[in-house]
Amino acid sequence: MDKITLGAVNTEPGSSLNYKTGSWRTMKPVLTPENCIFCNMCWQYCPDSAIEPADPKEKKPIVIDYDYCKGCGICVQECLANKNVNLKDALAMVPEEK
Amino acid sequence: MASDELFVSGHRGCAGCGMATAVRMILQEAGPNTIVANATGCLEVMTTGYPETSWKVPWIHAAFENAGAVASGVDVALKKLGKRDGVNILAFAGDGGTFDIGFQALSGMLERGHNITYVVFDNEAYMNTGIQRCSSTPPYASTTTSPAGKVIPGKQGRKKPIANIVAAHDIAYTATATIAYHGDLKKKVRKALEVNREGKGPAFIHVFSPCPTGWRYPSEMTVELSRMAVETGIFVLWEQEGSDPRNRKISCPPKEKRKPVEEYFKLQGRFRHLLKMPDIIEQIQKEVDEKCENLMQ
Repeated sequence: MDKITLGAVNTEPGSSLNYKTGSWRTMKPVLTPENCIFCNMCWQYCPDSAIEPADPKEKKPIVIDYDYCKGCGICVQECLANKNVNLKDALAMVPEEK
Repeated sequence: MASDELFVSGHRGCAGCGMATAVRMILQEAGPNTIVANATGCLEVMTTGYPETSWKVPWIHAAFENAGAVASGVDVALKKLGKRDGVNILAFAGDGGTFDIGFQALSGMLERGHNITYVVFDNEAYMNTGIQRCSSTPPYASTTTSPAGKVIPGKQGRKKPIANIVAAHDIAYTATATIAYHGDLKKKVRKALEVNREGKGPAFIHVFSPCPTGWRYPSEMTVELSRMAVETGIFVLWEQEGSDPRNRKISCPPKEKRKPVEEYFKLQGRFRHLLKMPDIIEQIQKEVDEKCENLMQ
C-alpha cells in the first residue's frame, strides 16, 4: 500500500502477519515433542496465535511459531503435562540467545 | 498458527495480554460471518497499526465513546441493504470505553434493542494511555492517577457493577466471563449470538482480562490470575436472561473452597502496598465474602 486509502480503509485482512513480533522475546518457550500430551491448552491461551495446535488423532504435537511468539510464558505455565507431577514437562522457558 | 484463525499474529499487544486471548476465543466461536465495531483502546491501537490489521473479519473503528452507536449503525445499514441475515455483529470496547466514556452509547444501544453482542474487555484501568484509574478500577489498586502513597492507599471508592447496570436495562442476555474458563466463555458467546439471531435484542458479556503491564505481574501469570480472581470470589461468573436477578445463574466458590483474597493481591504490583496493611485486606475479605453470600442466597 503506497498511498493512504480513502477513509484509511484496509483491504488486506490479516496483514499484521507482515510484522514479526518474535524479536520482542527475552525468554523462549521450548517444546520437548515426545512429552506433548496434545491437550492444546497452550494453543488456546496463546495471546499471539503463535501456536499451531496439536492433532491428538495423528499424535502430532504442537508447533511454536517463533516468528511471532513474544515469550510471555503462558504456554509453559498452563501446559497440562507441566502441571501433572506424574508426567514429564513438555514445555520449558529458556533465555533467548544472540 | 491455525489456518482458520480470525485474529492473527503480528499484533502489538504486550506479551501475555489477556484481552488478545479473549478476542481469539470469541472469534473462534463467532466465526467468519462477523462484523466487529471496536472502540478506541488497547485493542484498536494494537491490532490496526496502519496499513496493517490483525483482523480477518470486517472491522470498523469507532471513537472512544461510541462503539454501541457504530454497531447500531452497522445493524440498521445491513437491514436496509437486505444483508442482515446470518451476520453476527459484535461491539468490542475496553473498560474505559464502556464503564466511563462509552456508557451512554451502550445504554442507547440496549434501549433501542439492536441484535448486537457487546463485549467489554475489563483490565480495570486505562492501560492504553498509561494506567489511569477508571470506574472499573477495584478499590485500593495503585494506578498512575490513584497512586498508593503514605496517606491514601490507592484508589478510593468501589468498582462500578457494570454487568448489573446493563442487566437492569432488561435485555435478553447478560453474562460475565474470563479467559481461564475458556469453555464457559465460549458457551456464553454462543448463547449471546443465539439471542441476537433469534431477534431477542442485545446481549452483553463482561470479560475480565488480566493485564501484565498495568497490574504489574509476570506475563506468564495472566491465565492464573484470571482463574484466581474467580477462585477468590473477587470476580464472580454469572449469566442472566432478562432483568430479574432471580433468573441469575451464578458460579461462585462456596466459602470453604474460596481462596483468601491476599493470594490474589500478592501476585500483583498494583496491590503490593496492601500486604503491609492487614486491616484493609481483612476488610476486603469481609466484603468479598458478603458479596458472595448475598449472590448465592
